[in-house]
Amino acid sequence: MQPTPRQIIAIKAALFAACLWPLAQLVWLGYVGGLGANPIEYITRHLGTWTLNFLLVTLAVTPLRHLSGWHWLIRLRRMLGLYVFFYALLHFLTYLWLDQFFDWMSIVKDIAKRPFITAGFTAFLLLIPLAATSNAAMLKRLGGRRWAQLHRSAYAIAIIGVIHYWWLVKKDITLPLVYAVLLGVLLGWRAARLARERQRQLRASIYESG
Amino acid sequence: MLIKRPDDIAPSEITPQALFEGRRGFIKAAGATALVGAALAAGLPRRAWANGKFADLQKSPYSVLEPPNSLRDITTYNNFVEFGFGGKSQPAERAGAMRTHPWTVGIEGLVQKPRTLAIEDVLKIAPLEERIYRLRCVEGWSMVIPWVGFPLNALLKQVEPLGNAKYVEFITQMEPAAMPGLRLPYIDFPYTEGLRLDEAMHPLTIMAVGLYGDALPNQNGAPLRLVVPWKYGFKSGKSIVKIRFTDKQPQTAWNQAQPDEYGFYANVNPDVSHPRWSQEKERRIGEFFKRKTLPFNGYADQVAPLYAGMDLRKFY
Repeated sequence: MQPTPRQIIAIKAALFAACLWPLAQLVWLGYVGGLGANPIEYITRHLGTWTLNFLLVTLAVTPLRHLSGWHWLIRLRRMLGLYVFFYALLHFLTYLWLDQFFDWMSIVKDIAKRPFITAGFTAFLLLIPLAATSNAAMLKRLGGRRWAQLHRSAYAIAIIGVIHYWWLVKKDITLPLVYAVLLGVLLGWRAARLARERQRQLRASIYESG
Repeated sequence: MLIKRPDDIAPSEITPQALFEGRRGFIKAAGATALVGAALAAGLPRRAWANGKFADLQKSPYSVLEPPNSLRDITTYNNFVEFGFGGKSQPAERAGAMRTHPWTVGIEGLVQKPRTLAIEDVLKIAPLEERIYRLRCVEGWSMVIPWVGFPLNALLKQVEPLGNAKYVEFITQMEPAAMPGLRLPYIDFPYTEGLRLDEAMHPLTIMAVGLYGDALPNQNGAPLRLVVPWKYGFKSGKSIVKIRFTDKQPQTAWNQAQPDEYGFYANVNPDVSHPRWSQEKERRIGEFFKRKTLPFNGYADQVAPLYAGMDLRKFY
């Protein structure tokens, strides 16, 4: 399947709108009073969950592209990656503004003393350079190789993100475990592919030198 | 021991009518849910142990004057791990399946006269009072709850504790068919809690049987639960079936599960932080700005003397 350029534009527009759904949900629930007894906690959780969801979806693009042969999928990845940053930013702002109300002392203490907040904050900081270098001009300025190297930090960010969730839950680690397994599959697929590639190169070099 | 009266004592307030009406609306909505609907269809009396609303509740000088949270907030935002660890709404969704009648409480251990009481008899032990208490959860939120109950010491005196009894252990209900949380490996069920004898006998410590003048909803620990307002909420065990006097400090559920996070005493203390939550502040449910957490949840005047000379950073 290879969509025409016009179809790609339509797909992108539809995806852009679909990615706003989790935010629209919050706005709607807020409007009808459906955020529960502790709305700030609900909003924080919802945005955090969706940050992780978008992170996994973004990391699924490459495996999906190879498995399906739909190479045009790569053209959706930047938007998905920027949505990761968008929801991470909202998640962070919710903490900063609604939860802590800019109580800097308490925020600094939280970051230093609560391991799950340290992890979450680290992951958020690491996302900033990726968002900042997401456009074509920055790709050109950095050069493809360096840009790709930088953007491989997405793997580390995803791992730290799942750890952030894992450390946050009180006792029942079922959901963080689901995220860890999914992330393991996505990263494992890449590792296996890299290993195969290395082996192929090795065989080729042996063949050449022999 | 001198029990000082709190500064903010005043004639307790009658529950605002709007809240009661909100409650009616909520019960109607709840009745529409499948779970409750099924229970009603099967003809199961949901609160057979209490015939309707409690009449002639005594007001208590221990009640606080802060406005209580709505019945909706109190009954839909709960931790009751027998019904799941997954979310605050799970207990409200699932606890309707728990049988609360017939119900007995055994009181045993180091006592002169061990007894097993039916819930109907428990209700006759002492005049029922309205006690409006602050509740502070270890997770950093708080509520104000108008309980209906009576001092625990009235119940404990029934069995005549022996001289070597130093602690009281509370054992809570296990009903596997109704409690999916029991299958999860995180806590060694039954959920148990414990108090030092003097804490258990303190007049602030109550057995609650109701909420907003009505019988306790299942998700809040029907038919009877402990309420220890100066300790984090997890100390106040729900749906209690056994009370045991011991000479050794009993094992308690959360302390056993994560000893570095949850102590035996678990007194509300803004100076001892938890690995995941600073305890300096709390969010009162329904409020936007956090408020400062008070030592002993604001009950220091009454209970601080119980811990004179103890290092509360060590005995957290």
